[in-house]
Amino acid sequence: MKLVVAIIKPFKLEEVREALTDIGVQGLTVSEVKGYGRQSGHTEVYRGAEYVVNFVPKVKLEIGIPDEDVSKVLETLESTAKTGKIGDGKIFVMDVEQALRIRTGETGEEAL
Amino acid sequence: MKKSTKILGLGAALSLLAAPAFAQETAEYTVFILNSLLFLIGGFLVFWMAAGFTMLEAGLVRSKNVTMQLTKNMALFSLAGIVYYLLGYNLMYPLGSWSIGTDETGGYLGAFAVAALEAVGVGPDGVDDLSYASTGSDFFFQLMFAAATASIVSGTLAERIKLWPFLIFTVLLTGLIYPIQASWKWGGGFLDSQFGFLDFAGSTVVHSVGGWAALAGALVLGPRIGRYTKEGRVVPFPGSNLPLATLGTFILWMGWFGFNGGSQLAMGSIGDVADISRIFANTNTAAMGGAVAALVLTQLLYKKPDLTMILNGALAGLVSITAEPLTPTLGEATLIGAAGGVIVVFAVPFLDKLKIDDAVGAIPVHLLAGIWGTIAVLFTNPEATIKGQFLSIIIVGVFVFVVSYIVWTILKLTVGIRVSEEDEITGLDMAELGMEAYPDFSRS
Repeated sequence: MKLVVAIIKPFKLEEVREALTDIGVQGLTVSEVKGYGRQSGHTEVYRGAEYVVNFVPKVKLEIGIPDEDVSKVLETLESTAKTGKIGDGKIFVMDVEQALRIRTGETGEEAL
Repeated sequence: MKKSTKILGLGAALSLLAAPAFAQETAEYTVFILNSLLFLIGGFLVFWMAAGFTMLEAGLVRSKNVTMQLTKNMALFSLAGIVYYLLGYNLMYPLGSWSIGTDETGGYLGAFAVAALEAVGVGPDGVDDLSYASTGSDFFFQLMFAAATASIVSGTLAERIKLWPFLIFTVLLTGLIYPIQASWKWGGGFLDSQFGFLDFAGSTVVHSVGGWAALAGALVLGPRIGRYTKEGRVVPFPGSNLPLATLGTFILWMGWFGFNGGSQLAMGSIGDVADISRIFANTNTAAMGGAVAALVLTQLLYKKPDLTMILNGALAGLVSITAEPLTPTLGEATLIGAAGGVIVVFAVPFLDKLKIDDAVGAIPVHLLAGIWGTIAVLFTNPEATIKGQFLSIIIVGVFVFVVSYIVWTILKLTVGIRVSEEDEITGLDMAELGMEAYPDFSRS
């Protein structure tokens, strides 16, 4: 099992969610986050004074999937979340030791 | 807004010849009744500007200082009204009974007496001035201007000044500083009689005065912690609630119709009503000019329009037209207002360069656009003189700035005017009042 963590642009969330549902992803967790990457934010002007917005608003998706779905999910995320402009985000994939569905007690891939 | 004894309107005089006795009497009193009505309507419109200032300031300060800003605005308005009754009204309008000077040689210091209204149920023989308006309506109207002057100061000094020293200053400003200089023009004092100074509704007498007092306060008080870095960078403190700031600006805009329109001081003739109509239309278009100028200019300079500057631009347009809202054409009024908007867009960053911290932009809006508006009278009113306008700007400016600077310094050396560093960082709401404006929101 893998946990895919994707940081994407907030306006892409709905498109990404629909595409993931289409390829059979049954659940995901979303949080509103702020952060920066290589660009380290951007500058804005308020009343004539420039200031750096260090932390740019993003959406973080967490998706638990079976090993064999990883490439499919990554492809879908990449193609739907991409705008080609700076700040499209990043995806991390990590191993998951165990999963458990609280209501039924199912474990492993059964719980995904 | 000079008080003068006017003869009965032409309409009233004509009706004396033709109409039956009853209509005659009514027409005779039309001037008094309509003038009083103008002051009452104008007065409650200017009263509403207190709400405008309050909302504008609440929106432009950070959320940790909002309750304090609301408290200051309630308190300053109420105190201003009481001291204007006790001292201000008769200092400003001595009606010839000057403590120093005379109407002929120039009045310098008005009368010391509390304001008194006409008797209950007074008849035409008992009113103070049948050719003008009821004293109650005049007092009510004039008091609102004194309060507006104090409101200007509270915005500039926001987020770091202690409540009580600020209120002490408010009392001195509205009880003494404002009415003394206002008497020089509107009370028939030396700026009016000797200098021929023209300031219709108070670009200088109200707005610059508030601005000078605010500037003196900002210099003595110093900038907010963290506003200017050691390397000379300006750190913006974004306002907590731009919808409130925008609402406040529209409220001020609306109140200005009473501020300038009411300052015609007469509504008893066709000429006066037509003039008031001109004033409403010119006042409105000047605000539009100021807002559009700031919109376009911030887009060009900063690549994105800055709402807070557009709000300041509209207000600067209003301040600019206040010295002469009657004589300009609509086109001229729009341009006079637009110039005010341009002044704001350049003056806000310029003040920051000088490390003069003005939390809401009141100095550019009220002081600088006020000076501009007073000069702009020269372009549309042939009665204005360069000497009268410039010397009056300087005399009023020096008087208000110097006296305010001394008062602020005395307050600083005695009771202290600034909250502690810890309190300032915590926010005045919790530190001085123990009450938050938005207790349900966590602070980011």
